Amino acid sequence: MVDQGSANLDTLENDQPLLVAQSLSKSFGRIAACRDVSFALYPGEVLAIVGESGSGKSTLLQMLSGQLAPSGGHVSYRMRDGVTRDLTTLGEAERRFLFRTDWGFVHQDPAQGLRMAVSAGANVGERLMAVGWNHYGRIRETASDWLTRVEIDVARIDDAPRTYSGGMRQRLQIARNLVTEPRLVFMDEPTGGLDVSVQARLLDLVRSLVAELHLAVIIVTHDLAVARLLSHRVMVMKGGRVIETGLTDQVLDDPREPYTQLLVSSILPP
Amino acid sequence: MNAPAYNFAYLDEQTKRMIRRAILKAIAIPGYQVPFASREMPMPYGWGTGGVQVTAAILGPRDVLKVIDQGSDDTTNAISIRKFFAKTAGVATTTATGEATVIQTRHRIPETALNENQLLVYQVPIPEPLRFLEPRETETRRMHALAEYGLMHVKLYEDIARFGHIATAYAYPVKVNARYVMDPSPTPKFDNPKMDNCPALQLFGAGREKRIYAIPPYTEVVSLDFEDHPFEPYRFNAPCALCGAEDSYLDEIVTDDQGGRMFVCSDTDYCEGRQAAGHHGSLSAAPYREKAGSHG
Repeated sequence: MVDQGSANLDTLENDQPLLVAQSLSKSFGRIAACRDVSFALYPGEVLAIVGESGSGKSTLLQMLSGQLAPSGGHVSYRMRDGVTRDLTTLGEAERRFLFRTDWGFVHQDPAQGLRMAVSAGANVGERLMAVGWNHYGRIRETASDWLTRVEIDVARIDDAPRTYSGGMRQRLQIARNLVTEPRLVFMDEPTGGLDVSVQARLLDLVRSLVAELHLAVIIVTHDLAVARLLSHRVMVMKGGRVIETGLTDQVLDDPREPYTQLLVSSILPP
Repeated sequence: MNAPAYNFAYLDEQTKRMIRRAILKAIAIPGYQVPFASREMPMPYGWGTGGVQVTAAILGPRDVLKVIDQGSDDTTNAISIRKFFAKTAGVATTTATGEATVIQTRHRIPETALNENQLLVYQVPIPEPLRFLEPRETETRRMHALAEYGLMHVKLYEDIARFGHIATAYAYPVKVNARYVMDPSPTPKFDNPKMDNCPALQLFGAGREKRIYAIPPYTEVVSLDFEDHPFEPYRFNAPCALCGAEDSYLDEIVTDDQGGRMFVCSDTDYCEGRQAAGHHGSLSAAPYREKAGSHG
């Protein structure tokens, strides 16, 4: 028997969107990088933003994660205390705190998301120390636990990530982001630059972690295979606009817009 | 026509006022690095240009100045700076900690406890404690502003992961007044507890980096650590070979190429004071006597 009270609470939790974008726009001078983008993201949902380079995906991701101020529109986020706040009204301290606790950001280039000169253990532990953990033994224990979860040999906990392979670096970056148990993770081309077999293992790992931790993910990719494997929903962007959106299977199996059809048909058949 | 070649204490009055404003701000915000328009001084960077400017700005005609370099009053750096102010300000100088009103120091805090009428000026090479972990100045300033000091513990974590204990032995980071994390300049961590609740005003000047910061009298200064790896001051486990002191910070001096060495107080004034008071170590000129009651 499921406890009725907590089940109700859970449904209520999941019924409200975690992040809402309302007619987001960004222009750099005369260039409109992003025009009128609106959507809602629910807890545990994986949304893929696909499109060719220059279509405004990365600009959108930066606005959603509060790193870039939009020229128009709003992003609101439901905080851990249940209050929905407009990101632009958050102070810098609050935004940075959100960024290292309730959010994660996985960069395409692990060197941007990791401290390459300090050990893997310290990389994973940094967020914990930033929120006030002050016990070396416990920090190290949690770090080794996370290294195991992302399939990195614990014996390498004291090695700097610059001695790691590309795939290991990316997995370490994921561990570093997930250690504070965030509810929302942004990923910018997480599999870019990895060879196909490593990509497959990484996607597998991400997929199981997402399910296990009930993570909401916004993933930017130009690789439709990544979108198909990971995401529940897809947004197709072109020229700064969202031209098509829907369930992943629906969009990829039965694309409506000519551009989406082109994207889908440009994948080599297996 | 008989105008002196230099203004009192070398710097012109406008410059001193500018430095004093920075000092006042630094005292008002303990541990915060205040930028100031550091001047060229007639000495190379790294020789104490920051400390000299702070000293010049606070020195009055009746002050008594002491200058220490690595605990010693008689090294080139200490003698040069002492002479510099004797010449440009005409102030009295001393080597005795107790007699001084202004003490400029490099790398040490005197062993003799300071009092409320004294002022300690530190020479600082790199004022930013986060510098080696975060190279961007814009980012470190933001981290100070938001009190984001997780990174400082990353450094201590790395120490323990590599060496099994916190191996940082000097420039050991401290938190001042429960707010700003501060680099105490390259003093040994042995001296860190002396900064806590000190009756004397402590001023820090970094000439090349153009920063001044301060610890007002009776301010809480806590050395950062982990619960399971607490802060521990380090000291060689030996008495001073000249004065027999067991509580002072020691220098290790290699005496031959056969592995011979001696440990002596790094604070020369403290050591001489103890010897004058009749204390002796194993290598002092006077015959060594075991203290009554101590084992042989």
